[in-house]
Amino acid sequence: MPAAPRPVGDSAAIVASVAHLRHRYGGTTALRDLSVGIPAGCMVGLIGPDGVGKSTLLGLLAGAKRIQSGTVMVLGGDMADPRHRNAVCPRIAFMPQGLGKNLSMELSVFENIDFFARLFGQREAERRTRIARLLEATGLAPFPDRPAGRLSGGMKQKVGLCTALVHDPDLLILDEPTTGVDPLSRQQFWTLIDDIRRDRPAMSVIVATAYMDEAQQFDWLMAMDRGRILATGSPTELRGRTGTVSLEETFVALLPLEDRGIGGPLVIPPRTPSAAGPAIVARHLTRRFGSFTAVNDVSFEIDRGEIFGFLGSNGCGKSTTMKVLTGLLPASEGEALLFGEKVDASNLDTRRRVGYMSQAFSLYTELTVRQNLWLHARLFHIPADRAQARIDELVARFGLGVHLDDLAEVLPLGVRQRLSLAVAVIHSPEMLILDEPTSGVDPIARDEFWKLLVDLSRRQNVTIFISTHFMNEALRCDRISLMHAGTVLACDTPAALMAARGSGDLETAFIGYIADATAEPATTPAAAAAAFGSESAATVPFRPGSPPLARLLAYSHRETLEILRDPVRLAFAFIGSIALMLVFGFGITTDVENVRYAEFDQDRTPASRDFLAAFSGSRSFERRPAITDIVDLQRRLRSNDIALALEIPDQFGRELAKGAAPEVSAVVDGANPFRAETIAQYARGVTLNHLQEESRRRPRGPDPVARLPAIEPRFLYNPTFESIYAMVPSIPPLLLVLLPAILMAVSVVREKELGSITNFYVTPTNRFEFLVGKQLPYIAIAMVNFMILTVMSTTVFGVPIKGSGPMLTLCALLYVTATTAIGLVVASFTSSQVAAVFVTAIVTMLPTTQFSGLLQPVSTLQGNARVVGMLWPTTYFMHASVGAFTKGLDARLLVPDALALALFIPVLLGTAMAVLKRQED
Amino acid sequence: MRRLTNILWLGIKELRSLRHDVVLTVFVVYAFTMAIYTQARGTSSEVNNASIAFVDEDQSQLSKQLIAAFYPPRFKPPTMLAAGAVDRAMDEGRSMFVVVVPPRFEADLRAGRRTELQVNIDATAMFQASTGASYIQQIMTDEMVRYLRRSDERLGSPMRLVVRKAFNPNGDTSWFNGIIAIINQITMLTVILTGAALIREREHGTLEHLMVMPLTAFEIVMAKVWSNSLVILVAATLSLLIVVRSILQVPIAGSIPLFLAGVAVYLFFATALGIFLGTVARTMAQFALLIILLIIALQMLSGGSTPVESQPPWLQTLTLVLPSRHFVTFAQAIIYRGAGFDIVWPQFAAVGGIGLAFFIYSLSRFRESIATSR
Repeated sequence: MPAAPRPVGDSAAIVASVAHLRHRYGGTTALRDLSVGIPAGCMVGLIGPDGVGKSTLLGLLAGAKRIQSGTVMVLGGDMADPRHRNAVCPRIAFMPQGLGKNLSMELSVFENIDFFARLFGQREAERRTRIARLLEATGLAPFPDRPAGRLSGGMKQKVGLCTALVHDPDLLILDEPTTGVDPLSRQQFWTLIDDIRRDRPAMSVIVATAYMDEAQQFDWLMAMDRGRILATGSPTELRGRTGTVSLEETFVALLPLEDRGIGGPLVIPPRTPSAAGPAIVARHLTRRFGSFTAVNDVSFEIDRGEIFGFLGSNGCGKSTTMKVLTGLLPASEGEALLFGEKVDASNLDTRRRVGYMSQAFSLYTELTVRQNLWLHARLFHIPADRAQARIDELVARFGLGVHLDDLAEVLPLGVRQRLSLAVAVIHSPEMLILDEPTSGVDPIARDEFWKLLVDLSRRQNVTIFISTHFMNEALRCDRISLMHAGTVLACDTPAALMAARGSGDLETAFIGYIADATAEPATTPAAAAAAFGSESAATVPFRPGSPPLARLLAYSHRETLEILRDPVRLAFAFIGSIALMLVFGFGITTDVENVRYAEFDQDRTPASRDFLAAFSGSRSFERRPAITDIVDLQRRLRSNDIALALEIPDQFGRELAKGAAPEVSAVVDGANPFRAETIAQYARGVTLNHLQEESRRRPRGPDPVARLPAIEPRFLYNPTFESIYAMVPSIPPLLLVLLPAILMAVSVVREKELGSITNFYVTPTNRFEFLVGKQLPYIAIAMVNFMILTVMSTTVFGVPIKGSGPMLTLCALLYVTATTAIGLVVASFTSSQVAAVFVTAIVTMLPTTQFSGLLQPVSTLQGNARVVGMLWPTTYFMHASVGAFTKGLDARLLVPDALALALFIPVLLGTAMAVLKRQED
Repeated sequence: MRRLTNILWLGIKELRSLRHDVVLTVFVVYAFTMAIYTQARGTSSEVNNASIAFVDEDQSQLSKQLIAAFYPPRFKPPTMLAAGAVDRAMDEGRSMFVVVVPPRFEADLRAGRRTELQVNIDATAMFQASTGASYIQQIMTDEMVRYLRRSDERLGSPMRLVVRKAFNPNGDTSWFNGIIAIINQITMLTVILTGAALIREREHGTLEHLMVMPLTAFEIVMAKVWSNSLVILVAATLSLLIVVRSILQVPIAGSIPLFLAGVAVYLFFATALGIFLGTVARTMAQFALLIILLIIALQMLSGGSTPVESQPPWLQTLTLVLPSRHFVTFAQAIIYRGAGFDIVWPQFAAVGGIGLAFFIYSLSRFRESIATSR
């Protein structure tokens, strides 16, 4: 299968070497003083369980991670030197761990590969030929338009491989490329790699893997444990050195003595069939999600006390079948019986007889081991005295004693799995359903775990239904069922299955079954070789002189496609601003109308009635029944029946006539001070008007009011003084900072969270290209929003632009460029999308609402508030927006705003570029 | 009984998880202390430091007297403008008010001839324009009456309107803002805590784990409701007593237990909203985006920012379905006006009723989301 092993060890042929390499993540050490030289031109395997530092080492070699201490030399230069890194990164290809980790799930197969080709500056014609060849070679040619998110695990990995190979790398670094992939796809994957290597013999490949049987085929191995290298050499050498037969045993033998675990090898005693009926019966189970059939017509029976294995790749329907059996998911068709009873999600009694352990560690990591155990004991209603005994027993048997008060999140993976199992059996269930319980666990911990399972099955007659993608685990089961693409291919004892296919190992048998089922040939070496063979002749070498904006536009293109296919973000971008425009436009209004008031007239003379008539005649006030006494006055203010009480004293008329300045008191509901102030000032206005009219109508001699000049208020820009004319133009400045900044921040941080930011770390993209490339689509979205908001302002609210529209549009363009840059700044230092959303919201909302002239004119701000206001772009766009809409300012008067806004862009973008990390820590 | 112990223990687990979540805990503490303080002391709608300019074409003793009547803190020291510079100063937003005193103003006034003072107001500064204008009118009227009476002792005084503000005599905005801040934080944090707790369980797979145990969806949801409500209730109580009453010196007119009872009723709705959003959003990121939109809308429309009475009538009818609106109404009634249960019971009933309906809906959505998730 693999290319012929080449002699290794020649010191001249070293592709990479590291010396005294150390790496830490916070308090945990990932690599401790690691030194090794990696031979060139061959397949190098990195073996070891999860969490021993394999990915860290590969990330450092690929230049994705920043070197903390020690040296890393790759392709003849120091990776700590940015110039060397930039120079060699087009020659390195890196495929990070996780199915399709560096792909964009929204994009199609073609678009994903095309994005990488663009990053390496290939021209369109070249891209098309290369991609066509790669798709042909990987068998993906029929599905160029299928979104990556809808591919099977194996196909995702093939696309990942295409993206890595699109620029003809000299060093290919693959981090666990086949974990979770079905055996046929796995086989195809390695055949593909072999073909490529045959075609390009100089290419070096470094692969991390958890499958020891795969590692068997490599030229040279590095065995790692706990941040150290245990041994290096060819598989034969390593086996010879330790005197072991299988590589898995070799690995265990290489471990220091204290880590080798206790007890001898795993022994599975034969099972005595039980007389009672089957524990699980599945009949024609089918489960669909929309048009996708996850489980198709699955039938089987499992006896009591049997260990029944479900073997298959990620996404083949194992988990779904298990969920149907536990009642988590209803079946679309068919039925499942547990202990002879139909599975029914609402039947809590069946659940008490079953223990379930799901794929990922699904206990509360923030609780201690003890708290987790007690919580489950309580939820299963085990009486406290019995619970204590049961927990003590489990802690002893599962070896959890030393970890009892540790938080679950700090436990090693193996211990976590034991805790999960302890929790799953705390109520002594008759059946256990375990969904890939040992993924990523090292071989020793896996054996320890299996000892517990065997004990449960053989001694306590617990039925165990376990799913796995490890062949050697499947061999330990009493019977297994091979599952692929939702269907059960075969179901029998492992020995019988192998015998039926006439193969010596289970993997080959399984591949045979899959090949039969899918009518796909097991390998297609000829086609692949042909594809690559022809490529070698026509290969165009990588040209560094690519168009300067190619990479930037590659990012813009991908971002545009992604957001157009993400309904949630798209809705947030457009429906969000429309909805908030309506809410703010109608909801924020300072107009005070129809103030409910009541009079408390203790004078009852024509003079007092005249005065009160001024209020009842005002449009601002709405009269309620008169107040009867002081208690009534207080009660009605308290119950919000009235907002203003007018109290006219006894003798009002007489004193007025004397010019003795009688006092009328107006009691205003002060709960809302702004409203109270407005009401008070309405009341004063009505009073003053009344006085002036009175003195004009019947001059009362020595009345100064009669001689006062008119004070003529001129409400500029907004003669009717309706708040809508001031508020509506203030909303776009608010929305165009909040929403674009949040979307922008999320888009960058999303890459960090999903891992596709690795593409930025390991390709020749620089910070400017990455940030601005991602920014452009959001500027476009924000400008579309600006247009929508402007149209809404004119049509829905009737607030048209009176001043210069083109200049306002220019200001808007500068403004949204600045506000998206704010999102970039936030994204450069936050690492989770949730943090990005809230930090952006808090950072933008405070200066926008408080210091930008929305509530308080900037001219009235003082001190720090003034400084913040001057240094915040909204201030200028607020002025431009209100100016162009309501004040009717022409282009000349908006120029200062445009200039100020333009200044923000380089400053913000520069900050984001300075803070954004070029490599992972 | 079984059901109750399940809810109890699941809720205690919830509290332990929250205590362990440093970021959220710090956020809760910040939201109920610093955030409330700054919001209460932040911008006010009072007229403060208003920028005023004069065009003095009279240059008389009276016009000088008028100009001198404007001083801090309410007004900035007035600036002087040439007659032609008014529009420019207003366009650039340098002056909110410009008073124009015409030539021969003093002489005309003394001679009893018709004259007028013009006050130009930037009517786009909604919160300050009309109040400021009315201050200007009042200050100038008082000044001129004083001036006239000095020159003519026969003049008497007209009637006066004495305005008294009940419940908040000085119109101190920090009283109002402090309580609104608490109300807003209660809504926001309850929704975030509850929704995040649900999504975290789903993302970590523990929700699935709970569903295979002999527990019902109702128990799981109720546990989240009581535990998160308790956290917020305690935080809000401490914040009300310490931050609002002691530090901000806001007098609380009504019964604190009655207010807290109202908060408890409201929390039932807010937690149900959190559960609802937790079932709608597939990831934390989507949840965060949803929260931002929803919380802003809830706060804007509930009467916390601008009075409900100012909204257009159709919107006022619509916002009746928002429990946050009733919450703001009864909070203001109890805290400022000292209203008792006899006055606020309709709001309590509305919040409770809408809350219950929403809770039932959220619960059914939660059940459904479990049944259809992969």
